Amino acid sequence: MTPTLTVSDPLFVAGVHWAVLLIVAIKVVVAFAVLLVSVMLMIWFERKAISDMQSRIGPQRWGPFGILQTLADGIKLFFKEDLVPRDAHRFVYKLAPYLVLIPALITFCIVPIGGLVTVAGHHFYLQVADPPIGILLLLAMSGISVYGVILAGWGSGSKYPLMSAVRASAQMISYEAALGLSTATVVLVAGTLSTTGIVDQQTQGMWHWNVIRLGVVPFVVFLIAITAEVNRPPFDTVEAESELVGGFHTEYASLHFALFFLAEFMNTITMSAIMVTLFFGGPAGWHPNVAHLNWLFPIVWFVLKTTIFCFCYVWFRGALPRFRYDQLMSLGWKQLIPISFGWLVLIAGFRVGVAWGLVTAAIVLVCAALLARAFKLGDARELGKDAILDPVAERPVPPGLIRKITDGESP
Amino acid sequence: MSDHEPLDDDQQVQHDDVERKELAFFKGFALTLRHLGRRRVTRSYPAVKRPKQPRQHGRHVLNRYEDGMEKCIGCELCAGVCPADCIYVRGLDNPPDHPVSPGERYGYVYEINYLRCIHCDLCVEACPTEAITETKMFEFSFTNRADAIYTRRELLVDDDGQPKRLPWEDWRDGEDEHTSGWMRATSPSGAAEFEGVVQWSGELGYGVRPPEGGQSDARDDEATGTLAVRDVLENHLYAGDRTVRRPPRRGPR
Repeated sequence: MTPTLTVSDPLFVAGVHWAVLLIVAIKVVVAFAVLLVSVMLMIWFERKAISDMQSRIGPQRWGPFGILQTLADGIKLFFKEDLVPRDAHRFVYKLAPYLVLIPALITFCIVPIGGLVTVAGHHFYLQVADPPIGILLLLAMSGISVYGVILAGWGSGSKYPLMSAVRASAQMISYEAALGLSTATVVLVAGTLSTTGIVDQQTQGMWHWNVIRLGVVPFVVFLIAITAEVNRPPFDTVEAESELVGGFHTEYASLHFALFFLAEFMNTITMSAIMVTLFFGGPAGWHPNVAHLNWLFPIVWFVLKTTIFCFCYVWFRGALPRFRYDQLMSLGWKQLIPISFGWLVLIAGFRVGVAWGLVTAAIVLVCAALLARAFKLGDARELGKDAILDPVAERPVPPGLIRKITDGESP
Repeated sequence: MSDHEPLDDDQQVQHDDVERKELAFFKGFALTLRHLGRRRVTRSYPAVKRPKQPRQHGRHVLNRYEDGMEKCIGCELCAGVCPADCIYVRGLDNPPDHPVSPGERYGYVYEINYLRCIHCDLCVEACPTEAITETKMFEFSFTNRADAIYTRRELLVDDDGQPKRLPWEDWRDGEDEHTSGWMRATSPSGAAEFEGVVQWSGELGYGVRPPEGGQSDARDDEATGTLAVRDVLENHLYAGDRTVRRPPRRGPR
């Protein structure tokens, strides 16, 4: 093995032989199985929680509390006929679901699930891999899954999926910038890209968690950006059942269709886990010192924290209406990216020294004011000075103004 | 025409609404959380059913008199009035030694095609002897077209006035009640209100049903099984939700 790997992972310190390879293989298989089962539970949990919020009962026919409903759905999808549309590009059409699914799987590999464990003299982390590039892998993989979406839309050989895919890729690329910038603040403070390293720095207690250490802003930006990145509501314009009849996966059937949904829910879990890793100390948390069970408590903490974020995603879906495309873009480019960039610069300034920090704060404030003014002027030029483009509320364009625009007079 | 007129009052109101809506946006979170603990509106349908309204139009029955004679006289008025053309009737003279119905003729063939029936109840209106009425049971399905055609054998009630429970029909207790009672869909003599008047004729096994409320004070919802949607959802609503009050009761004109 290369020296870099031995540095980051104690499993490879004593060299690589069959026992080490066996441990790696077991880790991969277990992670895969756990992820699949948790996707099943996640879909069930989401459907149950959403129906609770809507005062419905939700799935209840299969297994206790309908917990096997997803399994039944999966079996149904598995045995359906796999159609390929006549105009589809066969290779791309078949490839696209895997381009969405595999990044979702790989991203989960870098998440530390528990602490350091010793089995038969081998020390290893409860984590499939701890590559030195760590969190960069997350950004790379979310970049690749954009290809999955756009190839699915284009390869289907149909108009609506293509429109949806173009829209989706624009959305995902836009929010990737905000995602990267808020991740950069974490990396800046942690000084390492390795997820284990990031988690290790947050073990001293709640006040060392990055969510508090960095101020809450990067976390909020990350939460919003990652929701848009995995196309969860309220940013699910990708699917947009009401306008684009299912979006980029309209033409998919059977197992390939199931793969998209598997990937989506896998992403939901993985991104919750990533958020826990980056901002909430990962598996860190108070636990009693019980012999032979100390390995268990970090896992419990990790699962608990991840479940809370999974619930947050479901909550978003239950509470928020879907964003319109222009609102989505305006939120991403005009708010999230400037905010996360400003915060990154601010934190960098304070890392150097308090004086530098205050100077950067002043510069950031001036830039923010200028930027806000520029956005306002831009909106005024687009629709007149009375119109305020608001990404959250309705767009209050006065009726007289609409008439002027539609009648061809420039407002 | 100036480029930008000031907002008039209406537009200003719109503007204020928008400001408030921004907060309402986040109220969604509180609302969904509050709903987590509320009673469910839906039921686990195939297992638990809501009580049906007394005028539910379900599958037909052919009724008998107390002495077991069939009420149908084979007059074909039901077939004539049927807008979906789903009823096929052929009458035949009663055999003198063992008559089937009290009159001269009886329904020798009586068939209803449930692939066509729209459950409008016009046949019930048209029937001069109250021979055909509808039950409240609508949950039945078939695996072939022949099964969808109910003949006299399936439609006739038994000696106690109970409809036949066919294997592909989902009968629950209570759904066979009030099946042979008959009432007009339109009110008698064209009067819009019918206060405390019994409109149901007596039925085999159950007697005469109490009057239905409708617009009247004399309603007996318990007895007729009438449930307003608001009452169905009673458990789910909070006091503050009940903004719509019941309209004041109206007396006879």
